[in-house]
Amino acid sequence: MKDTDHLGRPVVVVTGMGVITSLGQGQADNWTALTRGVSGVRRISRFPTGGLRTTIAGTVDFIPVENRSGPALAQRLAELVIEEAVAEAAIGRAGDFPGPLLLALPPIELEWPQRLAVAAASGANDTVTYDDLVRAAGQGGFEAFHQRFLFGSVADYLADRFGTKGSPIATSTACASGGTAIQLGVEAIRRGETGAALVVGTDASVNPETLIRFSLLSALSTRNDPPESASRPFSKDREGFVMAEGAGALVLESLAHARARGATVLAVLEGCGEVADGFHRTRSSPDGKPIIACMRNALVDAGLAPEQIDYINAHGTGTPENDKMEWVGVSAVFGDRAGSIPISSNKSMIGHSLTAAGAVEAIFTVLTIQNGLLPPTINYDIPDPALPVDCVPNVARPAIVRHAISNSFGFGGQNVCLVIRGAE
Amino acid sequence: MAHERDALITGIGLVSCLGATLDAHWAALNDPAGFSPVLDTDTFPPFAVHPMAALDLDKQIPKRGDQRQMEAWQRIGTFAAGLALDSAGVKGDTDLLSHMDMIVAAGGGERDYAVDAGILSGYPKAADPGVFLNERLVGDLRPTLFLAQLSNLLAGNISIVHGVTGSSRTFMGEEAAGADAVRIACARIAAGQGDIVLVGGSYNAQRPDILLHYEMGRLLRRAPFDGIWSRQQSGGGMILGSVGCFLVIESRAHASRRAAQAFAHVAGVRTDRCRREPAQATANARAQIDALRFDPTGSAVISGATGVTAPTQEEQAMLAALGLPVRATATALGHSLEPSFLASLGLAALSVRHGRLFGPLEQAEAPMAGPLNQVLVTSWGHWRGEAAAVLAAA
Repeated sequence: MKDTDHLGRPVVVVTGMGVITSLGQGQADNWTALTRGVSGVRRISRFPTGGLRTTIAGTVDFIPVENRSGPALAQRLAELVIEEAVAEAAIGRAGDFPGPLLLALPPIELEWPQRLAVAAASGANDTVTYDDLVRAAGQGGFEAFHQRFLFGSVADYLADRFGTKGSPIATSTACASGGTAIQLGVEAIRRGETGAALVVGTDASVNPETLIRFSLLSALSTRNDPPESASRPFSKDREGFVMAEGAGALVLESLAHARARGATVLAVLEGCGEVADGFHRTRSSPDGKPIIACMRNALVDAGLAPEQIDYINAHGTGTPENDKMEWVGVSAVFGDRAGSIPISSNKSMIGHSLTAAGAVEAIFTVLTIQNGLLPPTINYDIPDPALPVDCVPNVARPAIVRHAISNSFGFGGQNVCLVIRGAE
Repeated sequence: MAHERDALITGIGLVSCLGATLDAHWAALNDPAGFSPVLDTDTFPPFAVHPMAALDLDKQIPKRGDQRQMEAWQRIGTFAAGLALDSAGVKGDTDLLSHMDMIVAAGGGERDYAVDAGILSGYPKAADPGVFLNERLVGDLRPTLFLAQLSNLLAGNISIVHGVTGSSRTFMGEEAAGADAVRIACARIAAGQGDIVLVGGSYNAQRPDILLHYEMGRLLRRAPFDGIWSRQQSGGGMILGSVGCFLVIESRAHASRRAAQAFAHVAGVRTDRCRREPAQATANARAQIDALRFDPTGSAVISGATGVTAPTQEEQAMLAALGLPVRATATALGHSLEPSFLASLGLAALSVRHGRLFGPLEQAEAPMAGPLNQVLVTSWGHWRGEAAAVLAAA
């Protein structure tokens, strides 16, 4: 393998990965469950679900965390997946990673337990207003909340803990965030700024308010019984996505950097494509142009023709709109081959891990290539005649995959497509 | 020496308490009678905020439907982004905008205060508090409020309203997010990963939830509401300000192909972090200044000092050693977190184009006679992050 790509840029490779999803912790457990068609979607036990239309999610309940909050759990998940990835890559020394941190993180704000704690401290009786909260805050004792609910504190903690270099980036492009973080890492290595980058996506947003906000946008599946049947990408009776938690970390390096230290190359990140959609806040352009351009840009960046792609790791959320638009995009880019390229959705099993999804699914794409086994799309009971896809229905399938793409499309019109190939 | 991949600032959109145009800002900063801040001390006692000037939203966000879909922080940002595109002469150039990259530094949006108050009031008395919380949120939250709050939806709105769709990334993380947005924009241009980038952010300080957040950190200034430096004698603290600032940053080659006039050349940008143990931030800043090869002759400093005592006093001592005229933009605009570094860069670029530094903002700041060669722009976050940039004539 040459150190530079078709455009003379440093080749970017993956040398370490770590993952946590609702299916479990670590690559091995996740891969086993994912290829057996196991679902991690379950009934929510973290908070009362009375009064909610959706009562299921792909929560990560098996990782203990102190002073639980969204950012606290997101930080803990990120910490664990980074440990796994850095150990696999055997890079740097403890607390001294030789490159920047690029983190995909959900937006952060004070949550209800903390807001209620401040309200309780205010001593206000009948009606509690923000004036009361501000007054209580001024009496002291809530300094830890200030730091915890800053947008920068998760990335800062991780940068400090793992000794990454420079100012850490925390990025949010909604459901494309994980893809964006990978893209930022690829670009930094291609610029020659760094030989290595630590890329992470993490999300632990299953709390009442976030669930309700997505529910009010009619984005979530309400098929609560049984929970594992709720996420139904590409199926005719799909009706929404299932919120989920998880994290994925990838150690990216230039091939030259990896080779110089004798690292094992797991995969090559051949290309990234990105196009924003100016059509609507939650809907894709009806003509699919941004999604089409995004996939085409990724192929051009990778120097590949559509014929060379053997597998698509779908965004595949299971909303009526997403899956339809993804098919519009795939059929435009791949033409006659569109219906015969396997395109499966990990979200049928792990749910939609939102900010983390792009990183988690890039990792699963690498495992797919490495193992020569396509994870299925489960719950594919009723094919949608409008979407004649080969979604690897319900059962994993062996296949040789040379080049794969992984799609991520976000609310707010932010789309990222990655092209990945196996190590030679 | 001029290089075709130099990063030039060719457009500035800046809105704050000082006005909605660059001229209004320049005039307020050069008031012959001396600078006097615009402060609202009535709305959020015991705090003051620098309130956003009146914006004629229809001029930059023509569809009322779009305006309604946004909360104030998004309207401020989308408005400032439009001003920047106008300033660069690229507004409405569909083809160019479809290739333009965008990096937005954003926090989150406003909450619905009435809904929150209702829940906080009823929760302790509810028979089943968890279910009460669910039912009130389901019943009372406006579905579109989520989209008005999500960090990446400022960028989303700019794509929708102004048609900037080449790429879209949102960085979060207070002051450092704005600095890293500029750093990565310039690095992409230098490496040929882009030709023209819209980079910016916005902040609405006139929000009880924001004041609550920083009051939890015990970081807000109470009266007297004096300048950043004089405030250090009496406990310091932040006075927040509503600000929107977007810059169009463009390669020299791209700017010259379309005969664009540049405000300034971004000669370099550096960002870093530390644990903020004493002298660590100073060490970061000194390393940045060395790496930027800053030429102090005929130069000045525009500082993003927040007013928070420890970092402000450490930065003040570091800057004193440089012996240059200094302006702390937060005295004029208030501190605005994500867009604060961008606003400082905007004012620095404006100064470079005028060939002179604007007047002192408080007594501790010395006037500067003579022409302006370079501006060192600093940003030390109120909690984390140190950044520096050097602007020079284009």
